[in-house]
Amino acid sequence: MSILAWTYIMVGLTFGLYIFIAWISRVRDTKGFYVAGGGVPPLANGMATAADWMSAASFISMAGLISFLGYAGSIYLMGWTGGYVLLALLLAPYLRKFGKYTVPDFVGDRYYSDAARFVALVCAIFVSLTYVCGQMRGVGIVFSRFLEVPVDIGVLIGMAIVFFYAGLGGMKGITWTQVAQYTVLIIAYLIPAVFISMKIAGTPIPQIGLGGHVQTGQYTGQYLLDVLDKLNTDLGFTAYTQPGAKSMLDVFCITFALMVGTAGLPHVIIRFYTVPSVRAARLSAGYALLFIAILYTTAPAVAAFARYNMIDTINDKPYSQAPSWFKNWEKTGLIAWVDKNNDGIIQYRAGKPFIGKPKFTGKTGPLGQKLVANKITDSPNELYVDRDIMVLANPEIANLPAWVIALVAAGGLAAALSTASGLLLVIASSISHDLYYRMINRKATEKQRLLVGRIMIGIAVCIAGYFGINPPGFVAQVVAFAFGLAASSFFPIIVLGIFSTRTNREGAICGMLAGIIFTAAYIIYFKFMGGTKDQWFLGISPEGIGTVGMIINFVVTLVVSRMTKEPPREIQDLVASIRTPRGAGAAIDH
Amino acid sequence: MDKNLQEYWRKNISFMAFLLVIWALVSYGCGIIFVKPLNAIRLGGFPLGFWFAQQGAIYVFVCLIFIYYLYMQKLDRKYDVHE
Repeated sequence: MSILAWTYIMVGLTFGLYIFIAWISRVRDTKGFYVAGGGVPPLANGMATAADWMSAASFISMAGLISFLGYAGSIYLMGWTGGYVLLALLLAPYLRKFGKYTVPDFVGDRYYSDAARFVALVCAIFVSLTYVCGQMRGVGIVFSRFLEVPVDIGVLIGMAIVFFYAGLGGMKGITWTQVAQYTVLIIAYLIPAVFISMKIAGTPIPQIGLGGHVQTGQYTGQYLLDVLDKLNTDLGFTAYTQPGAKSMLDVFCITFALMVGTAGLPHVIIRFYTVPSVRAARLSAGYALLFIAILYTTAPAVAAFARYNMIDTINDKPYSQAPSWFKNWEKTGLIAWVDKNNDGIIQYRAGKPFIGKPKFTGKTGPLGQKLVANKITDSPNELYVDRDIMVLANPEIANLPAWVIALVAAGGLAAALSTASGLLLVIASSISHDLYYRMINRKATEKQRLLVGRIMIGIAVCIAGYFGINPPGFVAQVVAFAFGLAASSFFPIIVLGIFSTRTNREGAICGMLAGIIFTAAYIIYFKFMGGTKDQWFLGISPEGIGTVGMIINFVVTLVVSRMTKEPPREIQDLVASIRTPRGAGAAIDH
Repeated sequence: MDKNLQEYWRKNISFMAFLLVIWALVSYGCGIIFVKPLNAIRLGGFPLGFWFAQQGAIYVFVCLIFIYYLYMQKLDRKYDVHE
């Protein structure tokens, strides 16, 4: 059977499964819609959180990114896992005890202020919306590469599926589909990783293979990482395992901003409202990170294998003898080769082969290579490789059967859809619960609130779909935004709300505004208004500035709180009550 | 808060602080600040600093959360605040 036929079968089967789960977990009340009735077992919540968190970018792009960055890619590995420790120790148990539906709910109630609620709500929507557009795009790309349908149709199909299961089942439907999606995506990630580890390092466990010996070729018997260090240095790159040009302070700040940002992302926090108890919240954070770690410790191994394999099979080899996967991905435009010195041999070196992404002329060169119209650089490098193919081409590189390639497509879709649905729920609940019910119509009935929630999912799906089909040029830039804002707005306010009884409304509002305005202004200046690198504050890049914004938020909140009057008695009692677990099981409604 | 609960909270905070120190040491310490000197040490095929940054820190993170879960379960029972 062909790859295409297998892909249709795999994607059809998994989509059918998601729809089936959505149908059996459809809900009739708001508690089910917002927090799955608060009855999700810790193990299931761990899997759902892992799927919620790992997006199309984690599944498709991360290993490729690390492959090109080497050690420098560690900021993503540590940054996107370390936040769970903060979440498990500082936030999840207390937010579960507080026990309402959303993040703005906590901010509004703890700081007895609708202004604080509104600021939190705007941040939650902005962060989630920037994120979800990228996911929809990811769905479209997987469809177009593996199912050979146009990106737009792929996005529309993805929209319909997400709307169906999120609208029908709300958080409950999302949770159980995410459990299924985690299973699909982790199997799809591990199977090619295990085979490629066998092939290159001779062990089925990629985490061990990363430190293993090369099995074949001229480097047989040497440690893989030593070989990569040598190859990278010979070709003009930084040694694979050594820190590169980024300043240590910048690496520190980016990692910290990613960690704190992860802990402050509303679609992650909201998952801990769905478990039955405080104990379950602590435990499910552990399961979540365990399930995430399975992929996150495999990714650097995949990255190293892919880098070794790419250099070994392509570099300094005649184009006419390039492996078949090279030619297949050249067809899709993710690989391009410019024979600068007309020797018919592929030279891969440090530096860009030409300016920008390849724009093909439609003509082919003497050896059959696709010619590009881009401006050629002086660099001796002749090869353009899109980092995404490191994961997508893996099964072909390891000569795996067609059904594995199909499985990878289904896994990429599972990763994108699961994250998209979690984000859409945050947007819908922020508007229908925090804005409509808490601030506009306090008398709304269950039925009205549920209807508004479903309508909001519909509207959010359409907005996300629109941006998926017409991606704004700034999507890549706004990712820094999402983490920076989550780090500089939510995290300090929630932590202080739990750990400092003295923190009051005035402090929280000033702190949030100071953190957001500073971070947003810095990112906008450097990403959109042409700020240059030498103007960076202490050499900190816009990606890492959330760390500074977070510190500003902490300081402002503490100082302003001490200067204004302490919070009312009942708020101090609320803080005392969320510090002990007992009583969390009781249903809390407004 | 009564005295018993204050003690519960104090113990929680100090254990949490202890775990966060380990959290910072493995990631920011071993994985970033001391990566160069640690890379001179080998762990099989891995330079040690690189191993911490791409593998070890993540394993430690997972352990920290489960250790906190177990510790708090005991503490909750001892101070009779468990669910």
